[in-house]
Amino acid sequence: MLLRHTLPEVKERKALTINPAKTCQPIGAMYAALGIHGCLPHSHGSQGCCAYHRSALTRHYKEPVMAATSSFTEGSSVFGGQSNLIQAINNIFTIYEPDIIAVHTTCLSETIGDDVDQIVAKAKDDGKIPEGKYVIHASTPSYQGSHVTGYANMLKGIVKGFAQKSDIPREQLNIIPAWVEPADMREIKRIANMLGVKFVMFPDTSDVLDAPQTGKHVMYPEGGTTIAELESCGDSSYTLALGEWCTQAAAQDLDRKCKVGYDMLDVPIGIKATDRFIMSLSRHGKVEVPALITAERGRVVDIVTDMEQYLHGKTVALWGDPDTLIPLVEFLVDLEMKPKYIVSGTPGKKFKQKLEELLKDAVPDAKIANGPQADMYLMHQWIKNEKVDLLIGNTYGKYIARDEDIPFLRMGFPILDRIGHSYFPTVGYTGAMRILEKILGLFMDRQDRDAPEESFELVM
Amino acid sequence: MVDKKDFPNPEAFKKQILEKYPTKVARKRAKAMVVVDEEGSAPIVQANVRTVPGIITQRGCSYAGCKGVVLGPTRDIINITHGPIGCGFYSWLTRRNQTKPDEGGENYMAYCFSTDMQEENIVFGGEKKLREAIQEAYDMFHPKAISVFATCPVGLIGDDIHAIAAQAKEKFGDCNVFAFSCEGYKGVSQSAGHHIANNQIFKHVVGNDDTVQEGKYKINLLGEYNIGGDAFEIERILDLCGISLISTFSGNSSIDHFANSHTADLNTVMCHRSINYMADMMETKFGIPWIKVNFIGAEATAKSLRKIAAYFEDKKLIDRVEEVIKAELPAVEEVISTIKPKTEGKVAMLFVGGSRAHHYQELFTEIGMETVSAGYEFGHRDDYEGREVLPSIKLDADTRNIEELKVDKDPERYNPRKTPEQLEKLSKQKGLDFAGYHGMSKEMKKGSMVIDDISQWETEKWIEYYKPAVFCAGIKEKYAVQKMGVPLKQLHSYDYGGPYAGFKGAINFYKDIERITTTRVWSLISPPWDYSNGIKADLVSNG
Ligand code: SF4
Ligand code: SF4
Repeated sequence: MLLRHTLPEVKERKALTINPAKTCQPIGAMYAALGIHGCLPHSHGSQGCCAYHRSALTRHYKEPVMAATSSFTEGSSVFGGQSNLIQAINNIFTIYEPDIIAVHTTCLSETIGDDVDQIVAKAKDDGKIPEGKYVIHASTPSYQGSHVTGYANMLKGIVKGFAQKSDIPREQLNIIPAWVEPADMREIKRIANMLGVKFVMFPDTSDVLDAPQTGKHVMYPEGGTTIAELESCGDSSYTLALGEWCTQAAAQDLDRKCKVGYDMLDVPIGIKATDRFIMSLSRHGKVEVPALITAERGRVVDIVTDMEQYLHGKTVALWGDPDTLIPLVEFLVDLEMKPKYIVSGTPGKKFKQKLEELLKDAVPDAKIANGPQADMYLMHQWIKNEKVDLLIGNTYGKYIARDEDIPFLRMGFPILDRIGHSYFPTVGYTGAMRILEKILGLFMDRQDRDAPEESFELVM
Repeated sequence: MVDKKDFPNPEAFKKQILEKYPTKVARKRAKAMVVVDEEGSAPIVQANVRTVPGIITQRGCSYAGCKGVVLGPTRDIINITHGPIGCGFYSWLTRRNQTKPDEGGENYMAYCFSTDMQEENIVFGGEKKLREAIQEAYDMFHPKAISVFATCPVGLIGDDIHAIAAQAKEKFGDCNVFAFSCEGYKGVSQSAGHHIANNQIFKHVVGNDDTVQEGKYKINLLGEYNIGGDAFEIERILDLCGISLISTFSGNSSIDHFANSHTADLNTVMCHRSINYMADMMETKFGIPWIKVNFIGAEATAKSLRKIAAYFEDKKLIDRVEEVIKAELPAVEEVISTIKPKTEGKVAMLFVGGSRAHHYQELFTEIGMETVSAGYEFGHRDDYEGREVLPSIKLDADTRNIEELKVDKDPERYNPRKTPEQLEKLSKQKGLDFAGYHGMSKEMKKGSMVIDDISQWETEKWIEYYKPAVFCAGIKEKYAVQKMGVPLKQLHSYDYGGPYAGFKGAINFYKDIERITTTRVWSLISPPWDYSNGIKADLVSNG
């Protein structure tokens, strides 16, 4: 047993987190910044955080993840990191020539109390920021929230740094996706394009973290939202914000700053959340929904009608991030499955409220926890008390899956031991089909594995 | 064969690389890139100094060196990260340290324990939360040991983690509790964390159990972390030779082995950088001599075994070791004979760790490849130039901040395993170099480029220059290098393969290098239409 010490008896813990279902803010800020074209993320703190964040993202994407660090030493933690950051800005623009440096803080620089805005202003005064280049900033102390919060904070930094309102309104929408995969971002664009909507999407990590092998390494791959696009988002007619935890703050800021109203939507995972996304696109983009989209939707529903018997009543344990878990749970309920245990290390009262609402008829006794100490250890304890049929979450679930012999669908961050997540979407109707294919495959493989010889099925 | 004509003037190219840097940075980096100008000599290289902010470094932090590297492989200590969640999360199972507890034995390696500090803990201090977390861990698991690792903010807010650990230990009575002040800003790289880890393990664990184990030839293996099962292979070989391994620091280890390690008669040091402190301190306190060994490379393995045998001065052991080598080598040689024709003359570059950039050159040499450029991520000058330079290294502020333990002879247990005369004789007649390490640079060919703490910019440029058949580094470098069409072999994680140590490991390595340098996929990068096919061809023919 890999997790041989996990005790079935659940006792409240006040201080110890075991096997967290979250990580820290800066990695979210780094990920968001990589979705801006020509942008180099910069970690203002000791170099360890940056090394860890780059490694974690690299293991997940199997792609180069470039980012720089202020490389604090003991001296900088006593005297503050101003000189480190100014030096870093100068070096980065000289050596790596990005258009933008996106600075995020770490626990250390936050605890010291470095005022990054002031330091950046000083760098500007000192002539360390070349003409036409930008330094944007997000404050990302990891003793608040989680990696999701860091993503949200960097989006705020992007809005603050770039969004402008000119006198000329644009017939375009803003789409702000939550932390989803490059494939999902690509799929969201495909859907919007199919509807014929004009839009700016930020961030956009497609063609950055799924870049092709060309025999050449470029520091700044093709993809990412451009500066011109970002500047124009203040003139857009409306914003579609997908995922409250990740995107609401930025959408709000944009509304405040440039008077662009927004629709707070879920990440389009599953049928209903995708329906709502498409309705919103159609309404605010003033376009008809094309027949091709209707057909895509029809195909998903068709799969479910055909295969419903394999899904019905199956219980699921899930862990991950609120913005993706909530629509995923909604989808599972539509599949007549029973999301039984749901855990997220990311805090926020609405998490429980929303899930309880979604589950009140289908699984009234579902166990839901989020925030500190809402961890994978707790979830494993619940499973030890009453097993489930399926696990959905990041790679760390493989230890539980093996110990308890439960089929396991990898979704979320990080996925360290499989490929696919960055190439094939889980959003939209296409994504729903992929989720279905995967879940059905797991259940059917299991049935094939466990069936007695006499009832081994050829046709299923 | 590698022809030096291919790389006529690395110095000139170095200039080109430095031109890109602001003047001050260029000046600093110039001292970290040096050419070996004479075979067998080591140029002075700048090492173990602060990384320039913004330069994109491979390096990590002291916490990573302490919790991740040295203590990471310990299975029966509950390692609690005291800090916000990230540091603990990223060091959770990501280093591939394998371990094999006895049936039903304790193994917490698949768990991540953290105090997950929240804002109020930063503002009002985290001591209370840490105390509770230790208590909760104790109540739930009753482990034999709990350790605490400080992350950056902890040092700043001044939590007294050592006092809390001591109190908990006292309170529990049956559980050793100790702490590491390994805040990430200490030192200039992971290296500071190694030293801190050595100190605390030495202070709180080594010598706690005086039981004398059975076995005639008792050694410890220091600085072997069982990545990909390396330690298992070394254990297998030592076992065949009849050498008893009292403890390994810290691959496949148990805290019980550490506690008992002072009963061994010889310390063998694999990774000099991360563990030389322990070897020195054990020698001073308990009288155990140490020698440098290397189990990376079949020849190196054989050589290391012979050294150990020579130390014990027992014909039976010496013969047994020769028998084992004789039995193991044919399989190795057979693989070399099929692979070498395909790898001979190819060029490798190695930028990794604090000893691997040295050790792995052995394996490349065995299949006829030359390492034209190498360097460490967190090495010191002695790892490049040999311990001879130790007295001449000036300690800077960053190093002086790391505690240097004052160690004395143990009044009862100090027991010199050999007399000074015996040591002298062994060193003269058998070439055993006690407490010696000659570093990497002297073993490199004339004209090779030694680079400390290589930056991303330098990595890309030197690859352009050398066009190596394989580049060895870590996960952060991997995909950028591969995008340039050059295979990268990870030497922290072995790309999830291995073991690479010992005889079987050498075979694995040769095969992996053959595979990645010859795989067909590299020829698929350009699509056919890049070469005026299809419509382009039509356009060309039309006019
Ligand atoms: S110190 Fe903070 S920012 Fe750095 S890795 Fe730890 S939790 Fe993340
Ligand atoms: S906060 Fe400090 S200890 Fe934690 S990863 Fe960052 S540098 Fe290392």
